Amino acid sequence: MPLNIEQDLQRFRNIVKGRVRGDLKKFMSNGEMIGKQGEKFVKIPLPEINIPRLRYGKNETGGVGQGEGQDGEKVPGEGEAGDQAGEHGFDAEVSLEELAEILAEELSLPRIEPRGKKQLASVHDRYTGIARVGPNSLRHTRRTYQAALKRQVAAGVWNPDRPVLIPTKDDMRFRSWKSKQEPQSSAAILYVMDVSGSMGKEQKEIVRLEAFWIDTWLKANYKHLETRFIIHDAVAKEVDRETFFRVKESGGTLISSAYALVESLIREHYPPDEWNLYVFQFSDGDNWSTSDTRSCMELLRDRILPTVNLFAYGQVESEYGSGQFLQDIAAAFNDDERVVISRIPDRDAIMGSIRDFLGKGR
Amino acid sequence: MPTETLLSRAPRSLPPNLEEQRQRILAIAKRHGLDTFETVFEMCDYDEINMIAAYGGFPVRYPHWRWGMEYQQMAKGYEYGLQKIYELVINTSPSYAYLLDNNAFVDQKLVMAHVYGHVDFFKNNCWFQHTNRKMLDQMANHARRVRRIADRVGESTTEAWLDICLSVDNLIDPYLTHIRRDRLDDPLDADVLTPESFRLPARHHMESYINPPAVLRREHEQAAAIAAHTQGHFPESPVRDVLGFVLTHGRMERWQSDILSIIRDEAYYFAPQGQTKIMNEGWASYWHTKLMTEEILDDSEVIDYADHHSGTVLMRPGQINPYKIGLELYRDIERRWNRGQFGKDWLECDDAVAKRDWFKETNLGKAKIFEVRKTHNDVTFLDTFLTEDFCKRAGLFTYEFDKKSGEYLVDSREFAAVKEKLLFMIGSRGQPRVHVTDGNHANRGELELTHAHEGMDIQLEWAQQTLGNLAKLWGRPVHLKTMVDEKPAMLHHDGTTFTYDGPKPKGKA
Repeated sequence: MPLNIEQDLQRFRNIVKGRVRGDLKKFMSNGEMIGKQGEKFVKIPLPEINIPRLRYGKNETGGVGQGEGQDGEKVPGEGEAGDQAGEHGFDAEVSLEELAEILAEELSLPRIEPRGKKQLASVHDRYTGIARVGPNSLRHTRRTYQAALKRQVAAGVWNPDRPVLIPTKDDMRFRSWKSKQEPQSSAAILYVMDVSGSMGKEQKEIVRLEAFWIDTWLKANYKHLETRFIIHDAVAKEVDRETFFRVKESGGTLISSAYALVESLIREHYPPDEWNLYVFQFSDGDNWSTSDTRSCMELLRDRILPTVNLFAYGQVESEYGSGQFLQDIAAAFNDDERVVISRIPDRDAIMGSIRDFLGKGR
Repeated sequence: MPTETLLSRAPRSLPPNLEEQRQRILAIAKRHGLDTFETVFEMCDYDEINMIAAYGGFPVRYPHWRWGMEYQQMAKGYEYGLQKIYELVINTSPSYAYLLDNNAFVDQKLVMAHVYGHVDFFKNNCWFQHTNRKMLDQMANHARRVRRIADRVGESTTEAWLDICLSVDNLIDPYLTHIRRDRLDDPLDADVLTPESFRLPARHHMESYINPPAVLRREHEQAAAIAAHTQGHFPESPVRDVLGFVLTHGRMERWQSDILSIIRDEAYYFAPQGQTKIMNEGWASYWHTKLMTEEILDDSEVIDYADHHSGTVLMRPGQINPYKIGLELYRDIERRWNRGQFGKDWLECDDAVAKRDWFKETNLGKAKIFEVRKTHNDVTFLDTFLTEDFCKRAGLFTYEFDKKSGEYLVDSREFAAVKEKLLFMIGSRGQPRVHVTDGNHANRGELELTHAHEGMDIQLEWAQQTLGNLAKLWGRPVHLKTMVDEKPAMLHHDGTTFTYDGPKPKGKA
């Protein structure tokens, strides 16, 4: 539609994006928008966007209505009332790509450089154009006859009563294609979470929010993204997304069990020369024994780290956790740039930890 | 003959079956006395009609994000099946009307009859007599001027300035085009006034009756008092047209005042439509019901027609529908003037039974409603014709917000209270009345506005932002006098900071 509304709509969308950007920190620490997540976009509740004018507060004016009701009764059909500017909020639909873009700009995240010597690239041929030369197998009959018709009309030899079209060589039209190289880099995220008794509801909510933003960012960077979820207490098992964020286990904690499962998943499904691998581990930092911690470090160093782009350890804080594991891992991999460590004491720290996790551009 | 289309695509005029109906409906409307501009109908799909509606009915407007926002809201409303625009008509000559192309046949007939009602109203109601009937071209010109400015000073600068201008586009004087506000061409000058200045020409024998010395003295004193009061005042008397005052006296660059004048022109174009909403919708509804039920409908269409008509005049609980109130009032007027229920006898009659059975065969109903549609606006319409009887039948009530429960509660069903509230809401269009009271506040060239407080407080958060914008338009600090919680308050904005002198508003941060 050639009306200018497209441009005006674009202006409006930019304003909405600006608002989302301005309030990004708030959105990052509350889960409201994730609940409204669609396939390709999220709905973000925003306050009304409007031109300020001198006007009465909504509750000041009262008004005239019609219908049932005695004096002093509630007006039918009227809901609760607010009295602040921007009381009429709306849900802005923002696509996941746009959201990732906003995230990147706000946290100044570097674009991820996919790893590996040769990137998996695939070539797509798309038949989008028309050419004057080409093989007969690609002849575009309709366009050819159109061209012939145009020529005959222009030359004045077209006779509508005796419609004969004879294409000459110049009239021939062929489909033509463009080859497009598309990076086929794929990535897999393995989320690992401690679900032992010491992890509370709030801690899991933080993990859920973290996972949402990590997903959003990596989705924007890779053509194909797979996510796997591993929970562990004293034993580890793979679960689906829903279970991952809901399950409540109890008992002790053996982190090495999870590492062993990560290692075997990678070995079986994700050959490192074809996949960009990410492991995000969330825990309250309690591990059962120092000997298990030692075997964790070995597994990590010898088996996991050589295969992954990034190993991220996020420590949420609970009343019960000692937080010892963070210090252990930091001591062991202090200057290894494949390892990122972040402390997430509360929701407000989510933004910072996302920056820690994704700020390396790996 | 206007043949060009408003949309930048091939014109889609009415298909033959609708064109045939259009001619028939127009002929019937004319026979009933409707007097319309020529009206060009175009078919649109819902996307196009949403776009045009977002632009306020005009296909070419200056670039602004607000249209995009409105378009998106309407498009969503349509997709979710919450709202649907059946028709759009613009007040120009010729008039343009858009029909939604997937309306049912009976709906198209209804809409055309409705549109002819609107066009008759636009053409004949006196509040539109100063309306620019070439507004279509004017709007397109505005768009071009704004685009040219944007090319020169940049799009975002232009849009930011538009936002500022739009922020005050309700501070206009809706009666401005109809009255001269400046009292005298020569400003009163106390020094040269004498009682003799007020002497009217009269023959000698009439002199003492036409110019009694006491009256001359009194007029002189009054005038001198006013002159003394206004001496050195700028403006001499409060100015309701804040937008115009700022445009004339504010410190702006040329392109800035150009944009402000565009916003002002458009605000004044739309003002009479706001002043006649109830009358206009009521009139169009009156005519579509009359024409449809008396002449146009086929038997097979009656049920669909009734269904859709009842949709437009539905009164949702608690709200009033201008279509319904307007329609019922016209019918009430027609009935009363047909039965002679007007004039001195009727008004002075206290006998309820006699009033109920009152019948004098006057048959003036039709003439009366045509007269009403010519001379009234919503305020005078309701003031004159909203009767206690009508108020009771329609079940009208006033409501107020109850701070304790946080709910709206029914306040009163008293006729006087309902009428007062209704007139107030319509008269002020729900907007505060604000005047320029001093254009040289504290002798520092600052602008002082006064809110004529009518028992309701201004929303302070919005006021703060609006004042900020006004300060940018004026180029100097701006002050607003108002009342907050029944105590005087003064709001100041110097372009960068906002200050507030007054009682701390209750329940607000």
